Amino acid sequence: MTIPLEKPDEAKLDEILGQNLLLTTVDKVANWARYSAIWPFTFGLACCAIEMMAVGSPRYDLDRFGAGVFRATPRQADLMIVAGTVTIKMAERVRRLYEQMGEPRYVISMGSCATHGGPYWQHGYHVLKGVDRVIPVDVYVPGCPPRPEALIQGILMLQEKIKKESITKALFKSHGQLHG
Amino acid sequence: MDNKTIYEKLKQKFQDAIGALKEPPAGSHGDPFIEVSAEKIHSILKFLKEEPELLFDNLLCISGVDYPDRLEVVYHFHSYTHLHKVVLKALLTDKTKPEIDTVSDLWKGANWLEREIYDLFGITFKNHPDLRRILLPDDWEGYPLRKDYKHQDYWHGIKVGM
Ligand code: SF4
Repeated sequence: MTIPLEKPDEAKLDEILGQNLLLTTVDKVANWARYSAIWPFTFGLACCAIEMMAVGSPRYDLDRFGAGVFRATPRQADLMIVAGTVTIKMAERVRRLYEQMGEPRYVISMGSCATHGGPYWQHGYHVLKGVDRVIPVDVYVPGCPPRPEALIQGILMLQEKIKKESITKALFKSHGQLHG
Repeated sequence: MDNKTIYEKLKQKFQDAIGALKEPPAGSHGDPFIEVSAEKIHSILKFLKEEPELLFDNLLCISGVDYPDRLEVVYHFHSYTHLHKVVLKALLTDKTKPEIDTVSDLWKGANWLEREIYDLFGITFKNHPDLRRILLPDDWEGYPLRKDYKHQDYWHGIKVGM
């Protein structure tokens, strides 16, 4: 069906669109799509991973937030939850896996170990003192281990962060103009 | 067979290569142990394994210890047949180039245990089939369970310390 461009027939337009018209912004729609389906990367490094698994279980039900689809490959994941002790040997792999994730990508540093070395901060010659030394972190969740509720709060905070993003501004920044 | 009889049997066979049978300090829960010569370790352990009265077919653990004047390799054995146990300690006085024979040809499980000791104490196991680091990266510097160990500042551009 074609709608005449000149002299729109108001009555006809109403009939066609009626209640089905929604007004919104590109940013809102894009962000809504992003924060409603944060697919985490299956990635457990130590004891914190047990709590992360609990978050995915029916009792805590991460699926409520659209973030329960744990992917076994970085190519399909949006979020890397660094759950556990990052050894220095592993740090290199963590960075490589992060680089293999498609953008936009996010990182949650879960627990004391991932955040600053945890119990190994002083004598753990083999532990990286904070995963933010190799990859950028969006949200830090404190605890040893954090309770499942704490990780859920971390994911909710990440959602808030994503809501503040602007895909149009990002396009402007990268191309200098909107349709570049 | 109790520790004393095992000790006497070893002493009779290897004489000078066998040191003292020592008791753990009073009040502690340690095991009695026999000090043995590191040079003869392979033949001593082969005897332990194959002598019908001893038959230590089960290697429980090999560990390393760093003392101010020496390194030690500690062997814990058990026999499924006779259900007795023994602990042996081999002393390595040369801390700059500590070497001892591998026993991975006698007990397959010794392979990785010896690699771990090599990784963390820098003790070389002669004739070992695959003596590489097992936990740390291959190009790591130093042996972390040595008391005088200082970690390197960077590994592949990643800061190691605090
Ligand atoms: S922060 Fe605590 S619970 Fe988490 S990985 Fe480290 S030691 Fe384990």
